[in-house]
Amino acid sequence: MLKDITLGQFFPGRSFLHRIDPRTKIIAALLYIVAVFLCDSIMSFIILLAATLALIALSGVPVKIIVKGLKPLIFILAFTTIYNVFFYKGDHILVHWKFITIYLEGVVFALIMGLRIICLLTGSSVLMTYTTSPIMLTDGIERLLSPLNKIKAPVHEFAMMMSIALRFIPTLVEETDKIMCAQKARGADFSSGGLIKRARALIPVLVPLFISAFRRASDLAVAMECRCYRGGSGRTRMTKTHFGARDVILFTATVILGTVIVLSNIYFPIWMI
Amino acid sequence: MSVPFIKVEDLIFTYDDEDSIDKHYVLKNLSLEIEKGSFVCVLGHNGSGKSTFAKLLNMILSPDEGKIYIDGLDITDPEITEDDLFEIRRKVGMVFQNPDNQLVATIVEEDVAFGPENLGVEPSEIRRRVDSALETVGMSEYATHAPHRLSGGQKQRVAIAGIIAMQPECIIFDESTAMLDPQGRAEVMNTIAKLNREQGITVIHITHNMDEAVKADRVVVINEGEVFLDGTPKEVFSNVEKLRRAGLDVPQVTELFYDLSNHGVDLPSDILCEEEGAEILSAWLKK
Repeated sequence: MLKDITLGQFFPGRSFLHRIDPRTKIIAALLYIVAVFLCDSIMSFIILLAATLALIALSGVPVKIIVKGLKPLIFILAFTTIYNVFFYKGDHILVHWKFITIYLEGVVFALIMGLRIICLLTGSSVLMTYTTSPIMLTDGIERLLSPLNKIKAPVHEFAMMMSIALRFIPTLVEETDKIMCAQKARGADFSSGGLIKRARALIPVLVPLFISAFRRASDLAVAMECRCYRGGSGRTRMTKTHFGARDVILFTATVILGTVIVLSNIYFPIWMI
Repeated sequence: MSVPFIKVEDLIFTYDDEDSIDKHYVLKNLSLEIEKGSFVCVLGHNGSGKSTFAKLLNMILSPDEGKIYIDGLDITDPEITEDDLFEIRRKVGMVFQNPDNQLVATIVEEDVAFGPENLGVEPSEIRRRVDSALETVGMSEYATHAPHRLSGGQKQRVAIAGIIAMQPECIIFDESTAMLDPQGRAEVMNTIAKLNREQGITVIHITHNMDEAVKADRVVVINEGEVFLDGTPKEVFSNVEKLRRAGLDVPQVTELFYDLSNHGVDLPSDILCEEEGAEILSAWLKK
């Protein structure tokens, strides 16, 4: 059912990572991504893998769900791996058959690239989307970007738009479902014909959907005014987030991770790529 | 008698008619006084101007002519400050028809907090108000749910909680029960009655459902932009003919008793409540 759509990948819980300030998590995720790209040796990859597994353990998100979240990545993973196996040039020939030459370095590089992509996605989503509700995430972005208010950037408005968009996704999905049923009842056909014909069949769905979305927007604007909304100035928040010991631990841990990876590249340059 | 909480004098509201040069009058010379703590139902058929009237009371719309006093303050004064305006909107909360289009946040308690957050209330105080507002509407156990998974009646109760958290003195319900199923309607009506009775909040309930109007202290019928009938439910609904002319029905029981007494049966014609009607009828049949 379309109605059962989940917003993002948020996995509710009260783990160590769940209780960390969204701002710390966003910064930690950025540091983690940098660390992933700094990995250049076998040793550093072992450290990265250990760190990623530790993050998963700290998040309390079941491994099954994380593996499921990687599914949309299969195509990109397969493409990068195969491309690197066949086209990477090295010194040690592994297989040579007609015009295909596979080098040892190519296989190693392909594996490392695959691993890098998996770590990149798992680590950053465990740090952010799995353990932070969409509203906390937009809140975190708003607070992180708040210095931009000084140059008159509409940071609050931007965050408000994001959270309202998130709020209305399920409502509009449900509405699309309803309109499609109504148009089917009038004889519309969405499931036959070529690509162009199908795309055309969607016009009678999109037009009423847009009209209704604008009406909703206007209703919502009036309702927000009635609830004394006047932009970000003078506004307080119910959930006061403040940095605690957990935040310091996570932040320090990611900085250490990056440092250790760089050092391991220098002192254990085994299989440098 | 004290100063009425809401006082409206000779209100005129028009909009330009596309088909003619004349202006279309939505409200003409509407005057009304509403006491603090009362439960008033505003009735009227579609296009009678009742929703426009509601939107004028917290300055979502402004009238062409006439005066509106909220708690003694003239809100139609052109020199009114923005702060005054927000104070009026805090005092006079409004719940709309479509529950989906008035919820802002993805989590119930965050939505209830939206109003107090806009007012700049201290975080700990917001927390307290949100919890007590959710308790009042009986939605505490859904505090961390997503609004799109709730039923219509539940969503509307969350919307009401969002208004209560701003600690208003008056709440206007602009056809807030119109899109709900009978169960949701009953849930919302019970919440409204409770707010009026237990917290002394002035309630203005705009509806075209006669059975809901029966529950009010006072019924005001608006027709063609003017006050057409005004009185207790009994007084108003005894004017069956007049109401029909205004395009409105009366509750079924009232209609039954009205028709019976018209046919020469000796029964009172101002019965509003079904139980009361049933008792009188059974007593009369036993005679």
